[in-house]
Amino acid sequence: MAKDVLFEIGLEELPARFIDKAESQLISKTKDWLDELRISYDSITSFSTPRRLAVLIKDVAETQTSLEEEVKGPAVKIAKDDEGSWTKAAIGFTKGQGKTVEDIYTKEIKGTKYIFVKNQVIGKDTYELLPTFKGIIESIQFPKNMRWAEQSLRYARPIRWIAALYEDQVIPFEIADVTTSNFTFGHRFLGSKIILKSPTDYQFDLKDNYVISDPNEREHLITEGIIQIEKEYGFQIPIDNGLLNEVRNLVEYPTVFIGSYEESFLKLPSDVLIISMKEHQRYFPVKSKNGELLPYFVGVRNGDDKALNTVIKGNEKVLHARLSDAQFFFEEDQKHSIDYYLEKLERVVFQEKLGTISDKVSRVVRITDQLAQQLNLSEETKEKAVRAAEICKFDLPTNMVNEFTELQGIIGQTYALNFGEAKEVAKAVADHYLPVHADDRLPENIEGAIVSVADKLDTIVGCISVGLTPTGSQDPYGLRRQSVGILKILKENKWNITVESLLDLTQNLFRDQAIEQNDINKVRNELEQFFGLRATYILKEVKAEQDVIQSVLHQEIGIIAYTLAKASILSRKRNDHDFKSVQQALVRVINLSKKTNQNTINPDLFETPSEKELYQVYLAVKDSYINSNSNQQAEDALLQLGKLAEPIHNFFEHNMVMADDDQIRNNRLSLLNLIATLTFDFADLSAIEWKQQF
Amino acid sequence: MKIQEMILTLQKYWSDQDCILMQAYDVEKGAGTMSPMTLLRSLGPEPWNVAYVEPSRRPADGRYGQNPNRLYQHHQFQVIMKPSPDNIQELYLDSLKALGINPLEHDIRFVEDNWENPTLGAAGLGWEVWLDGMEITQFTYFQQIGGLEASPVTVELTYGIERLASYIQDKENVFDLEWTDGVTVKDIFFQPEYEHSKYTFEESNTDMLFKLFSMYEKEAKATMEKGLVFPSYDYVLKCSHTFNLLDAKGVISVTERTGYISRIRNLARNIAKAYVAEREGLGFPMLTKEAE
Repeated sequence: MAKDVLFEIGLEELPARFIDKAESQLISKTKDWLDELRISYDSITSFSTPRRLAVLIKDVAETQTSLEEEVKGPAVKIAKDDEGSWTKAAIGFTKGQGKTVEDIYTKEIKGTKYIFVKNQVIGKDTYELLPTFKGIIESIQFPKNMRWAEQSLRYARPIRWIAALYEDQVIPFEIADVTTSNFTFGHRFLGSKIILKSPTDYQFDLKDNYVISDPNEREHLITEGIIQIEKEYGFQIPIDNGLLNEVRNLVEYPTVFIGSYEESFLKLPSDVLIISMKEHQRYFPVKSKNGELLPYFVGVRNGDDKALNTVIKGNEKVLHARLSDAQFFFEEDQKHSIDYYLEKLERVVFQEKLGTISDKVSRVVRITDQLAQQLNLSEETKEKAVRAAEICKFDLPTNMVNEFTELQGIIGQTYALNFGEAKEVAKAVADHYLPVHADDRLPENIEGAIVSVADKLDTIVGCISVGLTPTGSQDPYGLRRQSVGILKILKENKWNITVESLLDLTQNLFRDQAIEQNDINKVRNELEQFFGLRATYILKEVKAEQDVIQSVLHQEIGIIAYTLAKASILSRKRNDHDFKSVQQALVRVINLSKKTNQNTINPDLFETPSEKELYQVYLAVKDSYINSNSNQQAEDALLQLGKLAEPIHNFFEHNMVMADDDQIRNNRLSLLNLIATLTFDFADLSAIEWKQQF
Repeated sequence: MKIQEMILTLQKYWSDQDCILMQAYDVEKGAGTMSPMTLLRSLGPEPWNVAYVEPSRRPADGRYGQNPNRLYQHHQFQVIMKPSPDNIQELYLDSLKALGINPLEHDIRFVEDNWENPTLGAAGLGWEVWLDGMEITQFTYFQQIGGLEASPVTVELTYGIERLASYIQDKENVFDLEWTDGVTVKDIFFQPEYEHSKYTFEESNTDMLFKLFSMYEKEAKATMEKGLVFPSYDYVLKCSHTFNLLDAKGVISVTERTGYISRIRNLARNIAKAYVAEREGLGFPMLTKEAE
């Protein structure tokens, strides 16, 4: 008859963030363990709360599945003598397996015949095998482990009890001085010690003792409670999934409640309110139907609704204390001016060799100014961008940012508006930190985009200039992320500026400021390599392949939007049969040009019509190519180059490049070299692995 | 319940759990953990159970007595048990009951919080204990102290006295708390709060403090070389407090900061090693005593 099995690990409160992963490990490890032991079963269910991880295995077979095993013996050559009788070797083999020679059969393996016997492995009693579950418990991995008392086991939190039941029998084993038993514990305060009569009683016994052992059920109860409040009060309560998941794993028996705070706190920046509620207190902020923050919050108690008002009052008091702290900071901060904070930045070090934050800001201002000029912005926009650069870091010394560091920039925006700055300027102060991570949004307005690029350029060029190039996983200043940010901003805004010119202007600035730095050419090399890798990353994001990437980046990163367009057209052309002739012609020229550096042409030395024609076409293409190129028309630029294909083919058909006459030879080589240079300006077509179908 | 009664209750409770009742240590420090009664005694194999009130100075938290929640100096009730008892959570919850907190009428939770004090090369895992959303206790299993592995593991309970009292007495402002009948926190601590804040942020003699730091550091090293662990540790505490004063005044840059912290940490590490070696030399007397 099949039986049920329960294992429960009772722990001191697990960190909420550990629980889901531990539960899924527990279930998959249990499955593998049962399969390996050849114990059949009907189903496995897992449970988890902050104080327990459990599995219920239903209809477990009472014995292991038996197994027929083939045992291979010696080769027949050895097992039989010349007369065909069994040798000592064969007899010895069968004895060793508890068999006789009667049981022998033969099978051929790779051309040689061997003798075999079949061995029946009789399944053991399941109950005898179950204590090896100890190994499963010990093998669960947590993000962080600890030791306790005098135990050597490292685990997420101390293990306090282990329930292990095979129907009503305890499965005996011991971990860290905890012996298995048939009891468990209910809710810490509302429940009691429970003697489990059978594994299937588990979740019901727990429920009677105020423990909802299924995390999804707890989540459902919380969501229901929130919806209930929404209906009752006409609120809108956005459910943040991360928070919901954390909260469900902080409680064994959720009771949702609503609390309030003073309306006057709504004058605080809304991010301050939201962080205080969500991050610090794990409350759900409450909004009106039109999405405005209301002075209420929703919390979840670990327990029933007894004396719920006391709990609500307590939570309100804590939030009140936090918010009045924030308000104190807010009011203190308003007593000073932007200039007051900017002056404080003169005493905050950015980086030892790169000076204070104030020094950094003055460089960012100069980069912003030059960028604005290159982009031909209106005087008004330029002034706003420069102002945004001047004040981009002013909020760092405020009390509020000191307290809520994650709000740097956002506090700056709010305060800047309060201090009477233009709204574009204020927005740029917040946005100049963007993008903060790979999928983050980019600065919204042009002012923010420029200051963001300027600030990041200053950090990257500055750090690399003083030898702080990221290595391996070490990137304390986040230079990689910031360089990707620069390229994305350039790309999205379609700015007509090359990455190289940005590096020029920033490096010049550092040189002018006489900041002690490494060899400038070496630094430049490192910078180009550094940005090259990031450009590769961006190109890969748009599905360009490595050879195409290499071909478009062979000389410089250039204007990133144009480089991307080139990569995209080449990615298409490399599979396009019609392009084959063009590609062959141009690649042939490129390859030949590698053998020369001649580049002076004397048109009088051209002898044949085909070379004269090629030269004429070259002159025409050159002009139209330059025109397309300066308008960043990638497709058109390539089309112009393509006009050279036919004349090139004709040229090779009718001329000996390596003519005996030096002058003629050099003249021909010069022509090819000029064409190659023009082609190279677009991309190194010889780096591409062409994949046209023939 | 007045603060005085709370302290008496906790003392009585933990004394009944066989904790030695100690008095506050007489050198300035930022937290009860830094008392040698915790930091040094939690090292090595000797059992150690102790409870004491520790006035803790955090210069950067000074608010001239104007902030309802922050203080230059607050009080911690510190409980240390080595090895950590298996029923420590229950013991702790019973101590709350002793303070009149009925768990059925509140929401008490253990929320993950990993504690780290780089200055002392110390780290532990545990929780902050929430009472209706308010953090009232730091509950930590020490894993490393002074750069040494903590073995056996010590458990540390740090009750924030003022926090807890503000809940028990239902007061919004820390200065309104009653210390004992007719005497408030304001009566006792308002003036020192104001004066220490003014001193810390405006009047302290920066040059002198920098000099003191170096002198204390030098003396800590010299004393250490003579094998005098406890006097050396006192100077480390002085270094730490002096650093906190300088840091609060904003005269230590971010980069310098790491340097100072690592200087203190190195001292603390050497002392931790020397303490264990010294106890070992003495044959770990408290271990033998327990066996008797």
